[in-house]
Amino acid sequence: MGTIQLKKVRKAFGETVVIPGADLDIKHGEFIVFVGPSGCGKSTLLRMIAGLEDITAGEILIDGKDMTDTAPAKRGLSMVFQSYALYPHMSVRNNIAFGLKMAGETPEQIAPKIAKAAATLNLTEYLDRKPGQLSGGQRQRVAIGRAIVRNPSGFLFDEPLSNLDAALRVNMRIFIMQLHQDLGSTMVYVTHDQVEAMTMADRIVVLNRGVIEQVGTPMELYNKPQSIFVAGFIGSPKMNFVEGNTIGVRPEHIAISDKKGDWPGTVKITEHLGSDTFLHVDAGKRGQITVRATGESNYGPGDKIWMTPDAKRLHHFDAQGRVTKV
Amino acid sequence: MATTQSQAIGKWALAPSLLVLSGWAFIPLVLTIYFAFLRYNLQDPDNTSWFGLSNFYYFITDPYFTKDLLHTLLLVFSTIVTTVVGGTLLALLLDQPFLGRGVVRLLMISPFFIMPTVSSLVWKNLLMHPVFGLFAGIQTYFGALRPIDWFGTFPLISVIIIVSWQWLPYAALILLTALQSLDEEQKDAAAMDGTPPLSYFRYIVLPHLARPITVVILIETIFLLNIFAEIKLPGVGGVAGNLTYLVFSQLNDANDVGAAAAGGLIAVVLANLVSIFLVRIVGKNLEA
Repeated sequence: MGTIQLKKVRKAFGETVVIPGADLDIKHGEFIVFVGPSGCGKSTLLRMIAGLEDITAGEILIDGKDMTDTAPAKRGLSMVFQSYALYPHMSVRNNIAFGLKMAGETPEQIAPKIAKAAATLNLTEYLDRKPGQLSGGQRQRVAIGRAIVRNPSGFLFDEPLSNLDAALRVNMRIFIMQLHQDLGSTMVYVTHDQVEAMTMADRIVVLNRGVIEQVGTPMELYNKPQSIFVAGFIGSPKMNFVEGNTIGVRPEHIAISDKKGDWPGTVKITEHLGSDTFLHVDAGKRGQITVRATGESNYGPGDKIWMTPDAKRLHHFDAQGRVTKV
Repeated sequence: MATTQSQAIGKWALAPSLLVLSGWAFIPLVLTIYFAFLRYNLQDPDNTSWFGLSNFYYFITDPYFTKDLLHTLLLVFSTIVTTVVGGTLLALLLDQPFLGRGVVRLLMISPFFIMPTVSSLVWKNLLMHPVFGLFAGIQTYFGALRPIDWFGTFPLISVIIIVSWQWLPYAALILLTALQSLDEEQKDAAAMDGTPPLSYFRYIVLPHLARPITVVILIETIFLLNIFAEIKLPGVGGVAGNLTYLVFSQLNDANDVGAAAAGGLIAVVLANLVSIFLVRIVGKNLEA
């Protein structure tokens, strides 16, 4: 079991409302990613699920039971923190064992669990080291080890990869996804990186100023964003907005030609990624437009081109930034 | 950047200040060592002569020596225990959010800024005095006929109380700063691990404080070995004197420069022994 339900969950610090009221249903075994810009309340929401942050109003159900006022350790959830939050004076072994020890388990019960977790996480030879003697990636694995030995019904990750370098981040991303497949547990993962959200999530929850803008699978969010905020946040490079922000079109949905098309423009900057080329085009009154061309594209700065958006893949928005039915 | 030539110039440029500094540090020490081997009494200065190790012998065999050595160690040890335990509790309290916390923190540190002479006199005359003191007043209010004469009955304990009062803020301040540097996410992690308050203190807070506690102990040892005003001013040097006081009385009461110098050197050696001993015990905490 590992379902988590939020019902009208609200968080306010005095007059300041951080989360006006969030509703969410997380199914067993789902990998859910909370994504949004910094200060959007995604970490607060996660900490409320963990029980580290009080809830102003509403309720949280875990495995169908009301856990709104339950202590963090009694919710059956484990958390992995951004700074790893390992206990610096304890060995790796004791770091992993600490939660079990506090839960009153005997050394005989704890030892095999640690051995198993250490084997899963390739930590066996580091068990007697202190966290200070480990690399960032190893510390992160200890933090995950500490979370999995408790055999929780759900895992909470608070930006766990943001302190790692780019190469390690890609590895850990795959490692966490593999862990999710192996354990089959519910995971709630907070990040500000839309690439992490797109690649890891079963469903993404996009937050903006404490409000859940949209919940959906990565492809739903990519293909059918319900607001200009989601449209702009999901996808890289960012979606182009023209005609006073009422029409949006992704860089990959614009065809280019030397001779004819809908929108004329002048290439300003080209970015060659090998597989793709991004053209940053000055389209006059339509402003700056980014276009994805093939890797072989040899347009250069100053070239005049014509752009034609794919009419079937245009997104239309009203003045409030909501999507309008076409 | 630093070429061989400029390094050579640097050495010469530093030389004068090094000379002054070493003179500053070494001349008093050399003089003390010199005096320690002389028979040199201010009541009989004409009779000054080489005295060998006799000053050391007489200082150590002085009937006050063993007693005052014990007082020195008791004073240092008791004050450290009181201030570290009290300071930890006070720091834990002041780390909690409460109304007026800023003011309380400011007030807390104030005893540390009061001159030892002033606080000794305040404690002697206004607080611990058997007739006019606040403590006697409280006792009389509750019906005591003969309030405690603190310095008469418990001279060493009274000195320890005054010194602890002075040093408690120091310990509390250092430990409070250390507590505030405890990582917030570690508190959260401990909460997720379901750590009860006492275990939290034992396994998370105390190990975090081990290093600052070591620093507090070492610094306090250095200063507490030299306590003087708190013994001299209440006039308990005879019954609760420490080695510093014994050195003082050799010079002031016996006018014996040689013995005082020898005592001073013995105190230096003792201070080093205590420090090495303490570093051995608690210094482990400074690693890793």
